[in-house]
Amino acid sequence: MSKTIDARGRSCPEPVIMTKNALEADSNGIQVLVDTHVAVENITRFAEGKGYKVDVKENMEDYQIDISRD
Amino acid sequence: MNSKKKMFMYGGVIGLAAAILMKFGNPGNMGMCIACFWRDIAGALGLHRAAVVQYIRPEIIGIVFGAFIVSYLTGDFKTRGGSSPLTRFILGFFLMIGALVFLGCPLRMIIRLANGDLNALVALAGYIVGIFIGVQFLKKGYTLGKNYEQAKIAGFLFPIFALVLLIFLVIKPAFILFSTEGPGSMGAPVILSLILGGVVGVALQRSRICTAGGIRDMILIKDSHFLWGILGIFAFTLIGNLILNFEKINIGFVGQPIGHNDFLFNFLGMALVGLCSVLLGGCPIRQTILASQGDTDAGVTVFGLIVGAAFAHNFGMAASGNGVPTNGKIGVIIGIVFVLIIAYSVVADQKNKATKKSKEVSANV
Repeated sequence: MSKTIDARGRSCPEPVIMTKNALEADSNGIQVLVDTHVAVENITRFAEGKGYKVDVKENMEDYQIDISRD
Repeated sequence: MNSKKKMFMYGGVIGLAAAILMKFGNPGNMGMCIACFWRDIAGALGLHRAAVVQYIRPEIIGIVFGAFIVSYLTGDFKTRGGSSPLTRFILGFFLMIGALVFLGCPLRMIIRLANGDLNALVALAGYIVGIFIGVQFLKKGYTLGKNYEQAKIAGFLFPIFALVLLIFLVIKPAFILFSTEGPGSMGAPVILSLILGGVVGVALQRSRICTAGGIRDMILIKDSHFLWGILGIFAFTLIGNLILNFEKINIGFVGQPIGHNDFLFNFLGMALVGLCSVLLGGCPIRQTILASQGDTDAGVTVFGLIVGAAFAHNFGMAASGNGVPTNGKIGVIIGIVFVLIIAYSVVADQKNKATKKSKEVSANV
């Protein structure tokens, strides 16, 4: 099970920084929770830029972003 | 269309609107300027008495409505708040002091540059340095904390504020001040300003363009996504000016409209703007858009900008074409020192919390 980063309620660019730091600590993959669409876009762009596979699930109140190596 | 091209085109919409608004009557190199426009609104509301910069700028109302409506339709509108509002207010306040010493927000800096005002290049260097310093704090754990869901009405307060401004603009009550000379008296026709403001608001909301974000992301994560938006603004303002305002293009440092050539304070003023923008998570444009889509913290920031503008003029800090008054220089220096203290204290606080937590964990083991 990969580590989960809770970036809900964080404003730009904190979710991306939290994702970046978490991926530097565990480069295999992580799960990130955010609650704005902007954060989803920014994290997706960042992780895909680093060559990760990104999978976004939309829940009622938040988004779950799974970032993994192919 | 790939994402960079899309950003470039969105930026282009903003740049073209700026060139058109200048052609139809806005002050020199002020087709769009978020800082100047909020300052003019502060003046119209009587918060400062600088008689030459008082006008309810319809562009701002258009931007707020455009961003509000499109965010509501797309589901981006969310009422959130409670992430260090007072700190944000103060950062907005000092951001405005820096902007009014340079004479423009980062958007106007790009627009000034696209018309040949090379002082904007000096300011850009300052802006980048300010952002670079801000990024160092971000890397060390700077945060203004989480926001939380708030009652829905809170998210509507800012658009309602814009609606009230529109009513004042239309019925012109005696207590609202309108400049009869100077930049505040110059403006494109109200309908045109409103419509182009609306278009720009939609473009900004959809693209999420932020002038600070573009440079910050290059430094922080080597991502040029938003930078392409900034390049779009520059390129299309330039093209628009070549076609519409060719006689006004003036390459150099001297005799620029509503600008001065005090190199040091153009640099330091925008360094303060860059620093505050990074610590706030966005430049004045982005704050205005976020405020329009339910972010009440950004709303508080905009009120910080408005109050900052009022004090900049009341305390004789705002620059003019003649240069930067002594009070303005002192204001910028106090601003830089004070904002650095805030950022440093936040980082120190985060570190303390982290050590406490790890101590608790090891005590529990």
